[in-house]
Amino acid sequence: MKNKKKQKRINGKMKFFLIVVLIYLIIGLINFPIAKNALLNFLNMFLRILPILGIVFVVMVGINLYFTQSRAKKYLGEKSGIKGWIYAIIFGILISGPPYVLYPLLGDLKKQGMKNSLIAVLLYNRNVKIPFLPALIYYFGLPFTIILSIYILIFSILNGKLIELLVDD
Amino acid sequence: MESKEEKNTLNQAILKALQLFKSSLPIMIGVLLLISLVDLFAKDYYLHIFTGNFILDPLIGSLAGSFSFGIPITSYIVGGELLKKGVSLIAITAFIMTWTTVGSAMLPLEASFLGKKFAFIRNGINFVFAIIVSILTVLTLQLF
Repeated sequence: MKNKKKQKRINGKMKFFLIVVLIYLIIGLINFPIAKNALLNFLNMFLRILPILGIVFVVMVGINLYFTQSRAKKYLGEKSGIKGWIYAIIFGILISGPPYVLYPLLGDLKKQGMKNSLIAVLLYNRNVKIPFLPALIYYFGLPFTIILSIYILIFSILNGKLIELLVDD
Repeated sequence: MESKEEKNTLNQAILKALQLFKSSLPIMIGVLLLISLVDLFAKDYYLHIFTGNFILDPLIGSLAGSFSFGIPITSYIVGGELLKKGVSLIAITAFIMTWTTVGSAMLPLEASFLGKKFAFIRNGINFVFAIIVSILTVLTLQLF
């Protein structure tokens, strides 16, 4: 069942990509220089981000080595208390994977007693991704990256508190 | 003492990272291809649409991010490229925030696993927070 959902999403992504390619082909047939310029623009952009993607990949492998779903279950369970909030922030930052992989895991943790507030905190902190920070710094600079990351941490807690008030466990 | 389940092997870690990249590339490349194309027609209009307005710019950015999805790095790259084209930083920040924290496309999936009420309230709060965080980030950045 889960695999089917995953497969469906991957197909959706490929469909999106193929539609864009089709748009390029149609524009190329109507006006070749426009499609060519857009493609050159894209290649220029993509070549520039390749080294960043390389760094991202290496850091991601490093984090994947030590971070597993079983650790998430161990630290975010029913009786996690105040520490659960801290772990929710840490796991939100460290956990990798798209939402359609995360939701089943979090649904499972919820059944085991994880609070809605902690789920909200974890999901909010997905925006601070250590492996992706080189890309954020490359485009926006270190001060922006630090300031944004701090605000995300603060607002993730506010998020959890609001969810605690508004949604019953 | 760590159990074997708590640690991945190097092969597993590489495979996991490769899978994430593999599943993200079609969206990443597709969005960048679209930006490259749209930019040819829209580059003269960015400065007229994104004027640096502290309400409208983050609102447009938040809406755009809410209907997009993928891993955060895609939003950084897309946002970074749009910034170079002239889109305001406040709009880009809101776009980056909602890209990950608000998932219109993923809402049914989130609701099915975590509950409808939770999913709708969480996404609503995150939309408002994205606007607030983008304003605060740009204001704080201006102090330095």
